Amino acid sequence: MAAEMAVGGAYVPLTPRAKVIEQTLAIARRAVVRTTRQRALIIFPMIFPLILFAINGSALSTATHIPGFPTHNYRDFLIAMPFVQGAMFVSINAGVDLARDIESGFLNRLSMTPVRGEALLVGQLGGALVLGVVQAIVYLLVGLASGVTLVSGVGGALVLLFLAILISFAFASLGILLALRFGTGEAVQGIFPLLFVTIFLSSASLPRNLIKATWFREVATYNPVSYLLEALRSLVITGWNAQALELGFGFALALLVIALGLAGMAMKSRLTRT
Amino acid sequence: MSEGAAIEVENLVREFRKGPRAVDGIELAVSPGEIYGFLGPNGAGKSTTVLMLTTLLPPTSGRATVGGFDIVRQGAQVRASIGAALQEAALDAILTGREHLMLQATLQGLPGSERRRRTAALLERVGLTEAADRRVGGYSGGMKRRLDLALALVHSPRILFLDEPTTGLDPQSRSALWEEVARLARDEGMTVFLTTQYLEEADVLADRIGIIDHGHIVAEGTTAQLKADIGGPSVEVTPAEVDDGDRLAELLSQFGEMRRNGNGSVTVQLPGGESELAEIVRILDRADLRVETLQLHQPSLDDVFLAQTGRKLEGSGDGAEAEDEASEPAQGGRRSRRRRGR
Repeated sequence: MAAEMAVGGAYVPLTPRAKVIEQTLAIARRAVVRTTRQRALIIFPMIFPLILFAINGSALSTATHIPGFPTHNYRDFLIAMPFVQGAMFVSINAGVDLARDIESGFLNRLSMTPVRGEALLVGQLGGALVLGVVQAIVYLLVGLASGVTLVSGVGGALVLLFLAILISFAFASLGILLALRFGTGEAVQGIFPLLFVTIFLSSASLPRNLIKATWFREVATYNPVSYLLEALRSLVITGWNAQALELGFGFALALLVIALGLAGMAMKSRLTRT
Repeated sequence: MSEGAAIEVENLVREFRKGPRAVDGIELAVSPGEIYGFLGPNGAGKSTTVLMLTTLLPPTSGRATVGGFDIVRQGAQVRASIGAALQEAALDAILTGREHLMLQATLQGLPGSERRRRTAALLERVGLTEAADRRVGGYSGGMKRRLDLALALVHSPRILFLDEPTTGLDPQSRSALWEEVARLARDEGMTVFLTTQYLEEADVLADRIGIIDHGHIVAEGTTAQLKADIGGPSVEVTPAEVDDGDRLAELLSQFGEMRRNGNGSVTVQLPGGESELAEIVRILDRADLRVETLQLHQPSLDDVFLAQTGRKLEGSGDGAEAEDEASEPAQGGRRSRRRRGR
């Protein structure tokens, strides 16, 4: 029991802070409730990558005729893109949600309780988790329905879902970091185009070895987003490619750890309690 | 610092970078169970003081204890002792009132069964039981303020900070909130630190009032003491003919300190009280000076503010406070003789 009745009827925590897990779950529950009650936040960011998938899948389908292209079905190649685009939308949702709490003073209200910064941070990602899971499942189902085949089979589909959710989580952490650093929803939304452009500067539309412009190939090679896409894509096109998966999981985890670590520090300074 | 004060402040200062001293060496003490009204215009330093006392803003210098705990060194203990409804009712429009209270109860560390009981009791107390499962986005301003108050009370604090709790509320909602605040102090012995820019609010609710202006406390005491300090009632006489202003001033000058207003009207203090009014009427009658209006004024907190600062409280805010002071204009005081039943 985290609290007990004290003389005079006041509830005084036995320890200075309530249990972190309980706090995290409470914050996460709020984040999930907020996400599920704002259907527009789920539907529109989910549809946009699917529209791009449909357009590019049709317009660029002849790219498969380029010698050395790894598949005959361009949609098999392209299906990785919606997962990463969706994850970026998740980052904006998570960031704007927290920024709104900062602007409205809700974070100040939470600061007045014994809540710990870690609980706030991880709990806030609860909404992103829901969004990430829903998006990943929808993208996979739409891909399969449009003729995409996973060479890696059912096991590969599960790994693909897991990696997609991990990527969503990593980008959501980045969104939260931006919210904590800048404190306004407008700032978080303003940074989104910069984030989004990294997809187009990656191997999203063509394999890196087939990109003719040297500068573009160089940028795509140094762009971690390429490796996230290639790991997801490998499960569809080439089967179990250990190197691609290691790089994909590695970059996703690195982004998660770095963003979450920096967000933790930013949260500490944001919770300006004495 | 004295023993037993619920809130004690010594030479507290908050200076913002490239800004003025929002709070400039204030001193005050609030006894347990007392309602202390912190009255002042926009930008006077009220909200900055509350942010410091609730541990959300570190002071630049000075010292303060809340519930016996130092606000800088014992922040966690201070927060466990207090509830606060800050200037903006910071609520989540997507959540329901009940969800807000359950979240707050969880974060405050109340056990599961107690959370539900406490939530139901507080919803009942603030009259939100029927609206409990509606999203807060659909609440009126008064309902939001009542929920805000309930959230501040979840962990049964001993000390309650209310930062301009009735700003923007309609008279009915304001009155309901006053009743609840008065009840908390009267029935539960809660200490209440209430900031307001409404004279009537301070007059009706507070046991003692501190008047703050430009970061300084310019007067402190009970309303009766503060009013007594600036003298007795005054009478304002407006002659029927503006040209009679000089003659009127001459006739009234024998009664006490006098001030000439526009339209030839003259205000004179009555150190001898209302009984001098009859004599004024007789003198004016004997002098055959026709009067358009004659009004007796009891001293108000606005008069106290005027006497201490040389300005009326209404519209005197200057936005000097760097923190989130309300942007709405101050409301002039409708005088009220109503006192809370304590």
